[in-house]
Amino acid sequence: MTTQKHNYGTAILSAFEYLLENYPEVFVIGQGLWSPWYVGNSMTDLDKKFGIERVIDTPVSESACTGAAVGASLAGMKPIVVHPRMDFMLYAMDAVVNQAAKWSHMLGGQAHPGVTIRSIINRGGEQGAQHSQALHAWFAHVPGLRVVMPSTVADARDLLIASVLCNDPVMYIDDRWLYEQEDDLPPVIELNLTEQRPVVSLTGEDITIVASGHSSLLARKAAQQLEGENISVEVVDVRVLNPFYAEEIINSVKKTKNLLVVDSGWMSGGFSAEIIAKVVENLPVSCLRNPPMRVALPDAPAPTSRVLEKAYYTSVEDVVEAVKKIVKK
Amino acid sequence: MKNQLEELSNPERFHSPIGIKDFPTDTLIEMFELMMTIRKTEQRLALGRKDGLIGGPVHLGVGQEAIAVGISEYLRKTDRVFGAHRSHAHLLALNPDFYRLFAEVLGKKTGFSKGMGGSMHLWNQPSGFYGSVPIVAGTVSLAVGAAMAAKLQKTGDIGVAYIGDGAVEEGVVHESFNLAKIQNAPMLFVIENNLFASHMHISLRQPNNMIARFAVANEIPYELVDGNDVVAVAQASKRLINDIRAGKGPRLIELVTYRWYGHVDWRDDVDVGVKRSLDDIDNWKARDPIARLSKAMIKANIWSAEQQEALEVKLDRNIRSAWDKAMNDSYPSSDSTLKYVYAAT
Repeated sequence: MTTQKHNYGTAILSAFEYLLENYPEVFVIGQGLWSPWYVGNSMTDLDKKFGIERVIDTPVSESACTGAAVGASLAGMKPIVVHPRMDFMLYAMDAVVNQAAKWSHMLGGQAHPGVTIRSIINRGGEQGAQHSQALHAWFAHVPGLRVVMPSTVADARDLLIASVLCNDPVMYIDDRWLYEQEDDLPPVIELNLTEQRPVVSLTGEDITIVASGHSSLLARKAAQQLEGENISVEVVDVRVLNPFYAEEIINSVKKTKNLLVVDSGWMSGGFSAEIIAKVVENLPVSCLRNPPMRVALPDAPAPTSRVLEKAYYTSVEDVVEAVKKIVKK
Repeated sequence: MKNQLEELSNPERFHSPIGIKDFPTDTLIEMFELMMTIRKTEQRLALGRKDGLIGGPVHLGVGQEAIAVGISEYLRKTDRVFGAHRSHAHLLALNPDFYRLFAEVLGKKTGFSKGMGGSMHLWNQPSGFYGSVPIVAGTVSLAVGAAMAAKLQKTGDIGVAYIGDGAVEEGVVHESFNLAKIQNAPMLFVIENNLFASHMHISLRQPNNMIARFAVANEIPYELVDGNDVVAVAQASKRLINDIRAGKGPRLIELVTYRWYGHVDWRDDVDVGVKRSLDDIDNWKARDPIARLSKAMIKANIWSAEQQEALEVKLDRNIRSAWDKAMNDSYPSSDSTLKYVYAAT
């Protein structure tokens, strides 16, 4: 099988190209699409290849543009609305939470808003509180909205395609800190999003780290580092946060008997709590050797000043330390 | 408040029969029957709510029937119509199946939304009714998107959004006007200006009572029409819809009207309505769109009081039996709450 060299950004780009080439009902709408410097290398020249009718740059109107994508999906299209920063998408919450997530249910399963909302976590670089947020936990709280957080190059491509082909509204969340990862990808296989589950991305014996998106990358890097210290780490990448199926996670913890959750959102009320809850609800108390732990953001908005910012975001070292704390108890 | 609506907002004006000259008789009678059907259906709902048989809120549009009927006259089943909280008429004007509306409002599985929506969440896409929801202005951008889709699909269909005078106070409406214009979307914005948002009179909410000023701001051509004159509504919407289908971009129609009931349920709401009085209601009842058409048709000798009575007797009987039938229908099965959350499995 021929493979193609990709990084996370070009993997997303290739998903857009695949969808626009193969599905005439796909169109893309969002700010900056005719000059996509906001989104790294993930949307380069789509407007030139597929035309500005199908790759629509918009007024500064997150709310109407997201609503329009929802409405177009009700009319048989497969729109992708792009929010280069999740923070600005908060203007569009009615379209996402009240409309897209609820039309199927409240209209008796007869309306299908199969819209994909691509929302980017874009933080660091002293950008501060409104250019940084990772709000996946909010969206995972909303029934009817599928939430996808690809961590690998392959998932960046294949889960975007699966999201768009799914007949439900999907919040696809990618993270600019993942864009440099590289991988060789096989040709596209169309996945059924409803069948996607967490995957064990590294096997180990001593502890399970569960994470999604960029946190999964941190977990994988920490696992490699800990290997040198004879601590064997299993990493489970959540991939799909809503609806959330925890069976793979529970099975992993059953084996390793230790659990650390790493999450790019805030600690309190975050998705890390949901993961731990699902595990402890489904395992006998005696199964865990140590209390589970979380590594997540402090309960504060992101600071701008570089010293504060460096301390605020989770590093590989933070994950390594947390693992040691658990296994050396 | 600047009264740019001028005499259209004066409840003492426009009580006389409407002009029906040169309008096809068949269409007049058809529109009359449809308006009467909608009114009697809503009056039955008012009674059901008053009697405690309907559990949830009903937002009734009695007095405003000419708008949905006039607008729908020139729509196709493949157009994309979106409503809001007060949308019984918007749906019935496209599909006057009052039995399924009764069933829905009563929470029965035979309803338009399979008993999952009630009065405020209605769906009947096969007739062109894409959906209504009670978040004020929640569907306006969706309708623009459905119109943009029609343009991409090259179907010649249009999007329609019903918008109240209160809804234009939501920011997304202005984003939607702008987006529709810049996208040249085949979109008809229908402003139902009944001068009230819930209990608040427009003079307490806006500096000018003409909503079409926002069309001007967005370079969208508009017409301002007496919303209680079904022929005027139909004629204006025909002109606008023709322009939209010809690819000329979005259009807006503002229709001045008044609701006879209060914001929700069967009461007059003169006690909670600010600047709402029984005198005003009586005056607006004299601007009744149904009576004004009836009088015009009788005067022109194309309709008689006897015909009207026969029609009303027939409608009353059908509505009674549809209500009874819906009352006896089953509720959704207990698995429905989880079953409809996602479409894909």
